[in-house]
Amino acid sequence: MFEATARNRRNQSVEGGFRLLFLWMTCMLILPVVLILGVLIYRGGPAISYEFLLTPPTDGMTAGGILPALIGTVWLVVVALLASVPVGVAAALYLSEYAPDNRLTRAINLAIINLAGVPSIVHALFGVGAFVIFFRFGTSILAASLTLAIMTLPVVIVSTRESLQTVPRAFREACWNMGATRWQTIRKVVLPNSISGILTGVILEVSRTAGETAPIMFTGAVFFSPFLPQSVLDQTMAMSLHLFVIQTQVPNVPEHVPFGVALVLISMVLAMNGLSIAFRVYLRGRKKW
Amino acid sequence: MTVAPPRAAGATDPAAAILVEKLSLWYGDFQALFDVDLRVRAGAITSLIGPSGCGKTTLLRSVNRINERLAYVRTSGSIRLWGLDIYDPAVELAQLRKQVGMVFQRPNPLPLSVRDNVLFGTRVHVPDGRAPARAVADRIVEEALREVLLWDELKDALDRPGTQLSLEQQQKLCIARLLPVKPRLLLMDEPCSALDPAGTEAVEELIWKLRGDYTILIVTHNMAQARRASEECVFMLLGEMIEHSDTASMFLNPANEQTAAYIEGRYG
Repeated sequence: MFEATARNRRNQSVEGGFRLLFLWMTCMLILPVVLILGVLIYRGGPAISYEFLLTPPTDGMTAGGILPALIGTVWLVVVALLASVPVGVAAALYLSEYAPDNRLTRAINLAIINLAGVPSIVHALFGVGAFVIFFRFGTSILAASLTLAIMTLPVVIVSTRESLQTVPRAFREACWNMGATRWQTIRKVVLPNSISGILTGVILEVSRTAGETAPIMFTGAVFFSPFLPQSVLDQTMAMSLHLFVIQTQVPNVPEHVPFGVALVLISMVLAMNGLSIAFRVYLRGRKKW
Repeated sequence: MTVAPPRAAGATDPAAAILVEKLSLWYGDFQALFDVDLRVRAGAITSLIGPSGCGKTTLLRSVNRINERLAYVRTSGSIRLWGLDIYDPAVELAQLRKQVGMVFQRPNPLPLSVRDNVLFGTRVHVPDGRAPARAVADRIVEEALREVLLWDELKDALDRPGTQLSLEQQQKLCIARLLPVKPRLLLMDEPCSALDPAGTEAVEELIWKLRGDYTILIVTHNMAQARRASEECVFMLLGEMIEHSDTASMFLNPANEQTAAYIEGRYG
């Protein structure tokens, strides 16, 4: 009565086949990550030292360290964060909490999606035209960071909006029905319960800009500068561009140096990701529903 | 169509708290209410009954104008509360909703402590935007929780999240948080349908206790509940008001054939 029929057995083998296929694809996904990290650590590891991290490059960038590039990338990312987060979060709040569902809103949403699809080199040209030339910021951290900020705006908006949407609608209804305005509702209920998601999403997205090369190479990053930037109007070196330069433009760079630069860069991004995950775990523990 | 509500025995206030006249409402192209007339007696509990989709909830949500949040809703006709037209351009929605509290089908305490839930309304509505002093706030919390019979259970748990209470307690808390801003009218949209029988009984008792101090308009799917826990009863069908009479006579002796059929459970 309960024995397997031929049909059952065939279903079982098909089931097993797909299961194996999907598992294999998942492994394929992890493989590059493991390989990249492995190769970087194996080949770049020997380059890492206090001297490497804390001194500027010397001897035509074939020796010395990466300090100006390291500090420059931190500047670029932080200024980009400061520019894109307020704008992106405000825009997401409008779209999620205020905007009526009409043609204009849909047009804005479409614009956001399209902005996300613009290639980074096009952003770079826009940055040159808008920030370097029109606003007369020159090639500077400010111009480069604003270019990065515009590039990351769509993802900041989308991730913030997603976090806002995780706050159940019933809470908003309850507030509105007690006569609370939209802003009172946002301040007292929506933001306190979505801030963890917003912040982690934002950190995650913006940390990715640390690796961008195209948008900064025309707008504020330079091949070589022995000095650390003093203000946002200075030019600066950056990790991503530095890697590009020593790999392609400079002869006689010891082989482990580019790997070392890449290892530091990826470590910075992973550290930011780790931070945002830790943050999320911490804040989620305090959630009240 | 409309049967004038008979004067219920023991009516203390003959004035109408809600007077709805020729109210029609459209969701886009779909008309949900057709020329509804309704007079709700101040201080009484009036229940709205009728099958799903008959417009009870729509009518209820029109009374505090929460429906308008949807851009595609249009209305015609008038709703007066204590003689004042709520569609008058001078009406401030925050003030309207302060006077008209709403209780939902699913208890929806805010993700705040019990105490902050109760105080939320006062914080939204205080004139200068500042929260009341601690001692005043404590008294407000105690009064509101006593009124909904929660004080003894929760007086030592005021800092617990409102969302972690039992459903019955949550629903009572949702009623309690309306009270500190002194509403005159409470709208309830199937307030017991998410509760177990014991919770239903407790919340019904509470609603019964609140009558007189507040005018209560309650939507219910549960005929027995309408019968137990309301003084007047309104039967709606397909967006129209079919019958309005005092609860006892509606259940014993419905004037309308369709009402009779619904009450007897011939359709639902």
